[in-house]
Amino acid sequence: MISSLFLRALLAGGCLALACGLLGVFLVLRRDAMISHGLSHVAFAGVALGLALNLMPVVFSVAVCLAGSIVILRLKEQARLPGDTAIALLSSAGLALAILLMSIKRDFGAELMSYLFGDILAIGPSEIYLAAGLAVAVLAAILLNLPRLMFMTFDREAASVAGIRLSRLDRLLVMLSAVTIVLGLRIVGLLLVTGLTVIPAASALQLARNFRQTLFLSCLFSLLSIMGGITLAYVLDLPASAAIIFLSLIIFSLGYMIRKRR
Amino acid sequence: MEEIVRVEGVSFAYDGLPALVDINLSIYRGDFLAIIGPNGSGKTTLLKIMVGLLKPRQGRVWLFQQPLETFNQWFRIGYIQQKATNFDPIFPISVAEVIAASLNSASRPAGAVRTPVRQKILEALQIVGLEQEADKPLNSLSGGQQQRVFIARALATDPEILLLDEPTTGVDYPSQENFYDLLGQLNKQKQLTIVLVTHDYGIVNRHVNRVACLNQKLVYHGEHSEFCQSDRFRQLLHGGHHLISHRH
Ligand SMILES: Nc1ncnc2c1ncn2[C@@H]1O[C@H](COP(=O)(O)OP(=O)(O)OP(=O)(O)O)[C@@H](O)[C@H]1O
Ligand SMILES: [Mg+2]
Repeated sequence: MISSLFLRALLAGGCLALACGLLGVFLVLRRDAMISHGLSHVAFAGVALGLALNLMPVVFSVAVCLAGSIVILRLKEQARLPGDTAIALLSSAGLALAILLMSIKRDFGAELMSYLFGDILAIGPSEIYLAAGLAVAVLAAILLNLPRLMFMTFDREAASVAGIRLSRLDRLLVMLSAVTIVLGLRIVGLLLVTGLTVIPAASALQLARNFRQTLFLSCLFSLLSIMGGITLAYVLDLPASAAIIFLSLIIFSLGYMIRKRR
Repeated sequence: MEEIVRVEGVSFAYDGLPALVDINLSIYRGDFLAIIGPNGSGKTTLLKIMVGLLKPRQGRVWLFQQPLETFNQWFRIGYIQQKATNFDPIFPISVAEVIAASLNSASRPAGAVRTPVRQKILEALQIVGLEQEADKPLNSLSGGQQQRVFIARALATDPEILLLDEPTTGVDYPSQENFYDLLGQLNKQKQLTIVLVTHDYGIVNRHVNRVACLNQKLVYHGEHSEFCQSDRFRQLLHGGHHLISHRH
């Protein structure tokens, strides 16, 4: 018999997969792939804070991560720093904070560790519906701004002359990344969440001939990896995070080989 | 005559190094203005200031009689930046999608009739002779073809003024002539106002009605016909090349 736990995991995983699939294309093409890496460490600190204060960790880490995303943007724009240095700075800060909190309040160490590796099959119903809802909100925000996001990513100068407010869209994108990362943290964990957002888009780039195909393939690959990974994990009793990432890497390898053959 | 662009007392510096000094310039509806000057004379900088990509350190700009800071009818303006073809070579985008991106995100005049996007795209591509390539990946086209795609993108929103920064770099000579003839035709038939930064003054001069020579300052600004009588033009034509090759 299929458990409701499994079905809920599939539902939330599916919503998140679509959000990651779309978002990943923009992150990769903007050379912002490592933003997920930085934000995941900030989100981890948020989780630690939430656990230390006995607040709902997801809600709390979304808030902390949104703040972190604004800091990354500010540093990129205003400090004399290349983007990747800004990210290195922030991810160290996030991890240092989490370690500090863990040493002060020793009782939640084990629970915090679960966010390193993630486990979608261990999440309670209320949290999983919240996650699905947030993923749908991210998805809607991207779809509503799709032409403008595409224009800006392809050609910032022309987009600006077309009247698009670049700074506003930049902020939107990094905030959507923040929310997505927090959700991804719960599913595959801090250590693998960058792969969740980036690998499907990278695979799509191997095969797509235009932008529409890229978005479609990236979503498809993301869905196949996450839903497939959750199913494998449930049936074979494997860690879901590893199953998801391995599936997406297999898809990437296939895509890469097909492109080389053409 | 309707003033479309007004540049008043504009100066600009990059990190303290002056690039433009006290520029005053007006462009009227139907003008075909060529901006010429040596490398580094501030032509690109001036164009970027006109379209709001750079903020002047001093002075003001008006577009369609509105101060640039509050101007929002960007669909009236077409702009092709210098080296538009320096885009990310791994970016997966088809020719039609390049144009669709701009059509779908441009603000529109209130009450405008919407032609289907696909039809607009094909019309714009037809002008530059690329309607056959609509669904090809942009990075599979030659450099000159890509340049024409960007020209089509600028035309697709039916702008009233077109600002072009050395648009024919990398385009072969016959296509260049065709392109400038096309600009001349759009200028005469549709009253499209054109601002063209160029080093090929010899090829365009039969379409142009006004000239601006730039070298940080506006060295000359006026009618093309008078420009031809001037010493500067003779220098330009006869080997002197003072305007073309030296930085003062
Ligand atoms: N982003 C920048 N940062 C610093 N200095 C710049 C920048 N862009 C241009 N400059 C400087 O400003 C001056 C004017 O440059 P601009 O690009 O406007 O010249 P141009 O007339 O368009 O030259 P070209 O014919 O080579 O295109 C040059 O001295 C250039 O070195
Ligand atoms: Mg230039």
